[in-house]
Amino acid sequence: MAVSTRTPPPIPPNSPLKAETVSPWSAWTGPLTLLGPSGLLLLLLLVIPTLVIFQLSLVPNIKPGDLVNPSGIGNYLRVFEPLNLQVMGRSLFFATGTTILCLLLGFPVAYWIALNVSKKWRNLTLLGFVLPLWTSSLLRSYAWITILRPTGVLNSLLALVGIPPLELLNQSSAVLIGMAYSYLPYIVTILYASLEKLDRRLLEASQDLGANPVETFWKVTVPQTMPGIAAGSLLVFISSLGDFVDPELLGGASSMTAARLIYNQFLGATQNWGLGSALSMVLIFAVSIGIALLLKYGDRNAI
Amino acid sequence: MEKTAENPQEEIQADMYLKPKFKISWQVIFAVLMFFYMYLPILVLTFYSFNKSRFSAGWEGFTLDWYVKLFSDTRILVALRNSLTVAVCAVAISAVLGTLMAVGLARYRFPGKSLYQGVSYLPIIIPDIATAVATLVFLAALAIPLSLWTIVAAHIVFCLAYIALAVSTRLADLNPYLEEAALDLGATPVEAFIQVLLPQLIPGIVSGCLLSFVLSMDDFLIASFTAGSGTTTLPMEIFSRIRTGVKPDINALSVLLIVGSGGLAFLAEYLRGRGEQKRAH
Repeated sequence: MAVSTRTPPPIPPNSPLKAETVSPWSAWTGPLTLLGPSGLLLLLLLVIPTLVIFQLSLVPNIKPGDLVNPSGIGNYLRVFEPLNLQVMGRSLFFATGTTILCLLLGFPVAYWIALNVSKKWRNLTLLGFVLPLWTSSLLRSYAWITILRPTGVLNSLLALVGIPPLELLNQSSAVLIGMAYSYLPYIVTILYASLEKLDRRLLEASQDLGANPVETFWKVTVPQTMPGIAAGSLLVFISSLGDFVDPELLGGASSMTAARLIYNQFLGATQNWGLGSALSMVLIFAVSIGIALLLKYGDRNAI
Repeated sequence: MEKTAENPQEEIQADMYLKPKFKISWQVIFAVLMFFYMYLPILVLTFYSFNKSRFSAGWEGFTLDWYVKLFSDTRILVALRNSLTVAVCAVAISAVLGTLMAVGLARYRFPGKSLYQGVSYLPIIIPDIATAVATLVFLAALAIPLSLWTIVAAHIVFCLAYIALAVSTRLADLNPYLEEAALDLGATPVEAFIQVLLPQLIPGIVSGCLLSFVLSMDDFLIASFTAGSGTTTLPMEIFSRIRTGVKPDINALSVLLIVGSGGLAFLAEYLRGRGEQKRAH
């Protein structure tokens, strides 16, 4: 870690502007001062901890009645037990459902803002749509409880119209409503960035050549915005896969997801750090696949 | 906002042709419905926070009782103070480190740079639960007692990522010659950094700080893993109260928090917009 302290080479008086070489800092002091502290912090608080949970996930968990697995992958085998597999499956189901809902609800909004709102108002409209995102996620979920509970806002409104009350709270439907709500602003922002770059002349050309609006949409708009659609969907999928708050507060007792299962292994009654670490590693792995796909197919500029 | 289209004439023409065919009214209706969807929870919380009735969905008269109750609730106030301490400390430290990191990443090439960059942005994408677990296990392995400061440490990691991202976005749009000119005119690198580069980066730094402040105030999972038994942050307190039933004073708290973070969001957007305008002139 010895930082060389030799004096910097003098800059010739009439040198042309050359970006990197102008800095009279020695080759190491600059990068070390700028990147060293954060690097150390990331190493200590992110990289090493992740390696520690990886190591912990390989410690075979020996309990009465458990299969002793000396290879250390016992925890991973337990992840694939039917009960745990069901929880992982539910997480996948919620994430997929949320992604589809967000795409269906978000695309028309992003399209409308990008193409039909006048330039002057576009940023403000988008900000207006994204603003609720800045409020506490717990409290937004709490509000959905107030809306969806048996005697809540929705059923009171339905009663006024004469529709029998709906049982939505503590069901998958409530989780999907809450999760779609949580991630809608993200997908709208990304789709908007993609739709704003849409070449309007191509839409025009498509119309001139006799395509109806539906054909134009599927053959011109969608292919052009595909990177944005991919980026938005994957981002929603990745984030909703590890969501804790929405399923926990809206889904009731029977909606345990991966995040809750992990939580229980560490802070809940179950207390099995080995299994919890293995579950975390599986979640990180699943998300990594998502990130890899995102980098491959997604529009990086839109993110 | 002030950016002009690459070819303004074309834009106008396209609008003329497209408007009649694409301005289908169902789109407007749908968008309005979606705006309603986004604001419905906020409207509901506000409605209930002023409603006399504790349980019924109907309006039973205006009251400020829930707000009064909130301000005499010491547990909420302690939790709020803890959350503010964590957020302010984490954001302040991350602001310095994140800015240095963004500048360093923009300026230098070195082996392993993409790995460094990847790791630094990881907290944005990796699920909170994984970050929380990793931090807890690591702290336990080193036998570091959990406290308010372990929450701060854990929060720095994701605040760092958001601030660095905001700063590097801004850096990408800056004129690099200004700093070079300062150096040519005899400024030391530190002077050039503080007097030339930093003022230009301020809007990015501030909007990154505001965003990470709000995220830190909102974090439930990482805080509950790193807080230990004695410490409670506001989201932890809210979570435990929601779990035990519907409480009208939580509605009042929601309204106050929504007003607070909504204000921060506007400030962040205003600063970002002003930065863009300056660049356009």
